[in-house]
Amino acid sequence: MLNYLNPQNFLKIINKIQKFILILFLLVLALGLIEALVLSPEDYKQSDSVRIMYVHVPAAWISLGIFSVISFLSFGILIFKNKNFSLITKSLAPSGFVFNVIALVTGSIWGKPTWGTWWAWDARITSMLLLALFYLLFILSWRVFDDSNKAIKYSSYIAILGLINIPIIKFSVDWWTTLHQPSSVNILKDTTIHSSMLFPLAIMTAAFALFSLLIFLMKYNTELIKIKNKGLDRL
Amino acid sequence: MYGKKVKLRAFFLLLIFFVLALSIFLIFKSLEENVIYFKSPTEIKNLSELSDNNKIRVGGMVKINSIKINDKEVIFIITDLKNEIIVNFQGSIPNLFEEGKGVVAEGFIKDRKYFNATKILAKHDENYMPPEVKEALKDDE
Repeated sequence: MLNYLNPQNFLKIINKIQKFILILFLLVLALGLIEALVLSPEDYKQSDSVRIMYVHVPAAWISLGIFSVISFLSFGILIFKNKNFSLITKSLAPSGFVFNVIALVTGSIWGKPTWGTWWAWDARITSMLLLALFYLLFILSWRVFDDSNKAIKYSSYIAILGLINIPIIKFSVDWWTTLHQPSSVNILKDTTIHSSMLFPLAIMTAAFALFSLLIFLMKYNTELIKIKNKGLDRL
Repeated sequence: MYGKKVKLRAFFLLLIFFVLALSIFLIFKSLEENVIYFKSPTEIKNLSELSDNNKIRVGGMVKINSIKINDKEVIFIITDLKNEIIVNFQGSIPNLFEEGKGVVAEGFIKDRKYFNATKILAKHDENYMPPEVKEALKDDE
């Protein structure tokens, strides 16, 4: 599919846009943090704890998004035997995993003052923990299997299996009773976050997405160089 | 466009995926009782059997004007606007515990009307807004 893209050209392009994305990320992050920590109002009920939400929610969104992309590409890997896709999924996983852990940790820090507990085994939190374990399995499968064909195969199966968990995470708060609140940002229903709080949330999401893209490009770059050094001139 | 092998692999993988997804869906469906985090007072009322040895969770809204605090314990009513349950609790309550807001009580049921809580969790809803907006909304009501 992507065979017409010569990795040689890829490397040059990646090196060029990396710096550009880094600068853009720093600008957007600075704006997002000023908005989230200084300019945005406190919440009527939870006061300043609401500011944790500006890290927690984007981190959760990004980790779900990255895992979905990995899963869909994994279908492509197993069906079309596309090696390039496996380099992409391998490079995407670490930032997705880190954002997943950030979502769990910030959620816990928010839960203590708000709910009165660090942790609850409700459907949303447990399924999010399961996602972190799927990420861990995916990343570890690359280290456990020395044979790269085996690693590609097993990691792809893990990603496809984990895809079943994604709608469970998303709809857990609607299907079952949970301690976690239902989603506030909705497409089909009304959004229940005031616009003054929705704006920093959107900026922080953009900042995290840029960060993931940056880490992805760096990882992908490394993978391409590894292949180049092995003396293989094509993917 | 694609070879026979590719089509077969695609079909095989999608089949595996849907079989797994369906089995997991059915497992969760049959485990519903354990997946839910708390029961509403109505569900407590409709329970076929009561056991006072198992820890369960009741959730709902703290009824307005129902909180009574004396030096030993807190007594309040959890309602789902259809049925109610009276909860007593000794210990520290979370900051966001408030009348008219969501709450989850963990503990033991005495009978269908009374509940001995060992832990109180405040439930936060999906509404986020600055205090001024909340005030403005109150004035509208």
